[in-house]
Amino acid sequence: MNVEEIVEGVTKGNRKLLAKAISYVENEHPNSKEILRRLYPRTGNAHVVGITGFPGVGKSTIVSKLTEEFRRRGKSVGIVAVDPSSPFTGGALLGDRLRLEGADVSKNLWLDEKVFFRSMGSRGRLGGIAKKTGDVVKLLDSAKYEIILVETVGAGQSEVGVLEVADTVVVILMPETGDDIQVNKAGILEIGDIFVINKADLGGAENVERWIKYMLSLDEETVMELSKLSHAEESRLMERLRWKKPVLKTIADRGVGIKELANEIEKHYEVLKKNGVLQKKRNERAKISAIEIAIEEIRAEIVRRYKSLLDGEIDPYTVADKIVKEVLRC
Amino acid sequence: MGELTEKIREKKREWEKECLEPWLSKCEREVKNFETLSGIEISNVYDPFDIEHLDFLRDIGYPGEFPFTRGVYPTMYRGRLWTMRLFSGFGTAEDTNRRWKMLLEEGETGLSTAFDFPTLMGLDSDDPLADGEVGKCGVAIDTLKDFEILFDGIPLNKVSTSFTINPPAGIILAMYTAIGDMQKVPRDKVRGTIQNDMFKEFHAQNTIVLPPEPSLKIIVDIFEWGIKNVPKFNLISISGYHIREAGSTAVQELAFTIADGMAYVEAAMERGIDIDKLAPQLSFFFNAHNDFFEEIAKFRASRRMWAKIMKDYGAKDPRSWWMKFHVQTAGCSLTAQQPLNNIVRVTIQALAAVLGGCQSLHTNSFDEAWALPSEEAVRVALRTQQLIAYESGVANVVDPLGGSYYVEWLTDKIERLAWKYIERIREMGNGSMVKGVLKGIENGFFVREISDSAARYQREIEEGSRIIVGVNKFRIEEDLKIPLLKVDPEVQRRQIERLRRVKKERDNKVLKENLEWIRSCCENNENVMPAVFEAVKSYASVGEIMGTFKQVYGTYRKPIII
Amino acid sequence: MKIRVLVAKVGLDGHDRGAKVLARFLRDAGFEVIYTGLHRTPQEVARAAVDEDVDVVGVSLLSGAHIPLVPRIIQYIREYGGNPDEMLIVVGGTIPHDDFPKLRDAGVDGIFIPGTPISEIIKFIKEKLPEKKKGGK
Ligand SMILES: Nc1nc2c(ncn2[C@@H]2O[C@H](COP(=O)(O)OP(=O)(O)OP(=O)(O)O)[C@@H](O)[C@H]2O)c(=O)[nH]1
Ligand SMILES: [Mg+2]
Repeated sequence: MNVEEIVEGVTKGNRKLLAKAISYVENEHPNSKEILRRLYPRTGNAHVVGITGFPGVGKSTIVSKLTEEFRRRGKSVGIVAVDPSSPFTGGALLGDRLRLEGADVSKNLWLDEKVFFRSMGSRGRLGGIAKKTGDVVKLLDSAKYEIILVETVGAGQSEVGVLEVADTVVVILMPETGDDIQVNKAGILEIGDIFVINKADLGGAENVERWIKYMLSLDEETVMELSKLSHAEESRLMERLRWKKPVLKTIADRGVGIKELANEIEKHYEVLKKNGVLQKKRNERAKISAIEIAIEEIRAEIVRRYKSLLDGEIDPYTVADKIVKEVLRC
Repeated sequence: MGELTEKIREKKREWEKECLEPWLSKCEREVKNFETLSGIEISNVYDPFDIEHLDFLRDIGYPGEFPFTRGVYPTMYRGRLWTMRLFSGFGTAEDTNRRWKMLLEEGETGLSTAFDFPTLMGLDSDDPLADGEVGKCGVAIDTLKDFEILFDGIPLNKVSTSFTINPPAGIILAMYTAIGDMQKVPRDKVRGTIQNDMFKEFHAQNTIVLPPEPSLKIIVDIFEWGIKNVPKFNLISISGYHIREAGSTAVQELAFTIADGMAYVEAAMERGIDIDKLAPQLSFFFNAHNDFFEEIAKFRASRRMWAKIMKDYGAKDPRSWWMKFHVQTAGCSLTAQQPLNNIVRVTIQALAAVLGGCQSLHTNSFDEAWALPSEEAVRVALRTQQLIAYESGVANVVDPLGGSYYVEWLTDKIERLAWKYIERIREMGNGSMVKGVLKGIENGFFVREISDSAARYQREIEEGSRIIVGVNKFRIEEDLKIPLLKVDPEVQRRQIERLRRVKKERDNKVLKENLEWIRSCCENNENVMPAVFEAVKSYASVGEIMGTFKQVYGTYRKPIII
Repeated sequence: MKIRVLVAKVGLDGHDRGAKVLARFLRDAGFEVIYTGLHRTPQEVARAAVDEDVDVVGVSLLSGAHIPLVPRIIQYIREYGGNPDEMLIVVGGTIPHDDFPKLRDAGVDGIFIPGTPISEIIKFIKEKLPEKKKGGK
């Protein structure tokens, strides 16, 4: 399929071609960059929401319920759900889709024309998303999905990758993950804009809530301190000064607390949009992404051009110096 | 005694050193570590030392007496053979009625109903989700009208009927009772079984409509109503069969089934039901898989465990301590390849069931990996049981394997392993089995345990360390065209037509009132069964009654764990 | 390129042992596997196959309802703009051989009877998928 066909298809809302475009991007098909370039001007309208948290806390269930809720509010919803690929076989069990409500529920999300769900394997990338998740989000954005939910791997490690794609990051916790060390280690406080304690039915949710709120108040103080010193991440700081991170409780499988969560997500977006924070944030992300793409290409080029050099007897440092000199010259 | 033991011990040392050792190095088989099908490590040979810790009177004893290891009746099959009951049903009520009459003529002694999927899920034949499945792998039942046809010419006082039905179990019991009334059979002559075991659906079989808690509530409603109204009817068949089919080990099958049984009994007692009233109306249902002795040991252990449990719960009547169970040979062990081999598999499995002391038995047909059984295949399956009963001589002595060092050791071993699981489940519920089982359903404990075992089993087959004859060894090129049963494709249309007719002809005003009554019972937490019974008699459909339940309780989607 | 497989349970039958074990083993063989969960309708399966742009659709059925459900899945894939001729469609379960031709005519590439080792299914996918992809272009 040629670029033209696909771009036009995605633009016109053809699901099948959107699905193909995603595959092209995921598989780094030679046409994929051109497709993305052509579609880029159509992007920027979607509110991208990252959903992250430890394995089994209820991310997919919340994604399903949020989808239902946003549909009720008349918005179209695109979903990208990432699951871990095995580092050994490359295989992956993409098990998030099956939480999406179908069959006997009156509103069948599987068949809803305004819902598009795509599962991705992390394919070797760490940080909770796949290398191409950001580009897939762009495709959904260009296809005019208004809300895009990105479910991270949930590997229990620092899932900072979500920051590269999401405007709003929702961190899901549950009572049993309430022990302080876990929460601290994961760097979860820094990445979240909204905190959800799911499975509130299990009891012990109040403890986690109290703990998170306490940690957030400490964090707030550090941010204030930092804001005096650091120049980095300007948008992030601006945002933090205007947004008090809320902590909510949900019972996702029963839909309890989902409306409130959707409200907070929308509220956060409004805050971002005010004073151009959103734009700043996105600009920063675009910059990073441009650098990434460039590095990626340079790397590929280096591998292509200098493969033979590495076979030589010289040490890698000398070879590297040589390569850099040449590459930078051109 | 002590002197003899010393003598044996000495002999054993000598045997191990001089006789056994030279042979060990000569073992030709690739297998080095022998295990049962469920992975219990087993020795080369068993002797009195392996069962030293067992006490004959306490652990083995005599049949018909506590702890019933050897059988619930003192005479067992001398008094009465097990019930030969073949699970069957397909197409419309007429088709199934015909097959049943053939089976009864051929010497079957009890009926067992296979329903189609829409009926099992509580959907009417005209439901969009039923499309394509009506009458496919069982009989389609929408209203009492179908039951009237199904039991036409079958006197309920002469034969007992078992119903593999779960979410709509109460509806089917009500229909059967209504048929009994129509035939003027006294209520205490109405015999049979409804499966009515939702826990194992959540663990394994996935025929799920309502959430776990209301499902349990309705089950206890059925207990209450059934004790009063059909005192000779088994109100539940607590099933391990499906747990095993889903891939569990023998120990998991036993442990989860007994845990479920305990949960049901506890739930009934919480409702105030007298345990000695309920107990005679409980029954169990196990799988007979390939490992002959392991299965026998499992059956023997199950009886012993249940007797202890019921006694502990305070049941006074010794009959309350009985575990009566039905067995079906393992459907999952059947192969599509070289289908005639299945006859042999089924024979071995059925033999284990009989040596294990079952009360009734279903033998699978050799063509069931391909389709619903043909008439010829069903006949062979039935003949297999008759051969065991009348020709083999195994039914002439009660518990003929009792006292076998191996079987006694294995019985004890399996029991111990099963208790461990049960204790774990009890802990999950902080001492309550009801809570423990519900917790295990919610957190995926049961499903995960079973899935892991299933994957392990498959891995062994893939690696070839487990041999399945005709599948991963001894394969042939073969023409697989065996004659199979065909279900008339017109079934769906005819069934829908009948349903429409019934709906038109019934008194819809009475019907509405009855459905309202059901709803109010649900909402006010009253026993739903009196209302269900009336609704059934006013020709309410299975879908209408289940639909009413769904409106109040909601439908349940089970969390899926791979 | 990663091979993406949709493992689907369609209809009312709740026997998921086969599907789940298959999903695990396909993952271990290096595929990306999407499992639909139980009780899906043909439409839902088809929609997932198209949106997820899978290479293989594997349907597991033990209910005897493969006809009409499997042909319907294929029909809906087409309706949703997908091209079943570029996908490998395989079915596993209790399928009478009389129905094999009907399924093949409807576009089914492989039929696996109970007891088939999963290694055979994997081999089939690896061999047949490239042919199918070429043919479909
Ligand atoms: N008790 C309870 N269980 C819940 C709740 N929300 C979700 N669950 C259950 O928790 C389990 C895991 O839910 P998922 O939504 O798959 O969790 P996840 O975070 O997406 O899991 P991974 O993608 O595997 O990391 C499922 O069995 C859900 O039904 C809740 O509020 N209460
Ligand atoms: Mg998930």
